[in-house]
Amino acid sequence: MIPALEVRGLGYELPGKGPLVQDVSFTVRAGETLVLLGRSGSGKTTTLKLINRLLEPTSGDVRVAGERAADLPVTRLRRRIGYVIQEVGLFPHVTVERNVGLVPQLDGWPPARIAARVRELLTLVGLDPHTFARRYPHELSGGQRQRVGVARALAADPPLLLLDEPFGALDPITRVELRREFAALEGRLGKAMVFVTHDVREGLLLGTGIGLMLQGRLRFLGTPDEFRRSDDPECKAFMAAA
Amino acid sequence: MSLWAFYARNSQEVLGLVGQHLYLVAISTGAAIVIGVPLGILLTRRPAWRGPVLGVANVFQTVPSLALFGFLIPLPFIGGIGATTAIVALVLYALLPIIRNTYEGVAGVDPAVREAGRGMGMTDWQLLAQVELPLGFGVILAGVRVATVVSVGTATIAAAIGAGGLGVYIFRGVAVVDDTLILAGALPAALMALAADGLLGVAERRFAWRVK
Repeated sequence: MIPALEVRGLGYELPGKGPLVQDVSFTVRAGETLVLLGRSGSGKTTTLKLINRLLEPTSGDVRVAGERAADLPVTRLRRRIGYVIQEVGLFPHVTVERNVGLVPQLDGWPPARIAARVRELLTLVGLDPHTFARRYPHELSGGQRQRVGVARALAADPPLLLLDEPFGALDPITRVELRREFAALEGRLGKAMVFVTHDVREGLLLGTGIGLMLQGRLRFLGTPDEFRRSDDPECKAFMAAA
Repeated sequence: MSLWAFYARNSQEVLGLVGQHLYLVAISTGAAIVIGVPLGILLTRRPAWRGPVLGVANVFQTVPSLALFGFLIPLPFIGGIGATTAIVALVLYALLPIIRNTYEGVAGVDPAVREAGRGMGMTDWQLLAQVELPLGFGVILAGVRVATVVSVGTATIAAAIGAGGLGVYIFRGVAVVDDTLILAGALPAALMALAADGLLGVAERRFAWRVK
């Protein structure tokens, strides 16, 4: 089966600034979650943005469900990829309902189908549609906002999900709660995911694969067990922090 | 003669001048919106143009209004004696706050919101129409409010080049040293400025989305 995401020799370089990402390759299949670990500035977030072309790769190749990302119109590519960021980025001037229904609306779904989909997704992420659909983002807690962020990313049922520190801005208790719920959700969704975090415990809980980035390169790529047992000093440094 | 007696005796003329004044302000502010809002949006897409465009708009602001009216008179098409010249000058004054606030309003949208929108596959137009303009609307309105209030005041000077408006009474009053006559022009102009400020202020708060 064609993998949901294939990244080959991905690189990103800014003139005068040197490479920010170099020769990164990995494959993520449906039902798999690749966790990208690394210190701040190691290139994790840049790698994510190269996949949905918020940044244009300067070298290498990204394929989403077999199609070269570079060949697709960028808006079409992005509507096939769910995207969740740490700051959530909900639209403050529209309701939860409209936020979640955004991509279906862009894709021209009929309103009734959007409404049904929104209800389904809010329930999926643990928010009662009757209570929350009509609320505005500022009426929600941080954890609720990120649940809405996840629901929004899932709205058009994309085969691939990119998550950039989605629980990074939450208080520790909410963070652990959401992490646990998300682990349960992963299995049910069966999507391919790339999950960026600098939290090793989060990575080991959620990842079916771990990629460790260092200075723009993929220093380690393997299963969580291989990561735990790795002799690589950088992996060990991360395990020591777990 | 008291102010009220003056108004009672000249009600036709007063209403005519108020009408002219409103006309000058409405046409010039309207034109400044039509020019300034797209220009402000353009600057958010072409940041390199921001310095020069705001710089030029700024220069117009620094020219004393009476001098600007004077400079425009000899120009072909837009110049001459009368309302057209005054409107051109008022538009030039109104541009800066409108361009600047449009730029600030659109550029000031939370970067995370913009990134989320783009990341989900919105086109630049969709992002502008559905996110950036609605969120920046309050700030843009604030610019329109400033431009309108300034125009109401500046339009009184337009009487000097024969454009009519409430400045007619003020100039006449200054010429014959008659406080009642000056007040007859200044009071309605001040009320007009307050009303514009109040109404647009209410609209502005209505669209202040950036709650928290």
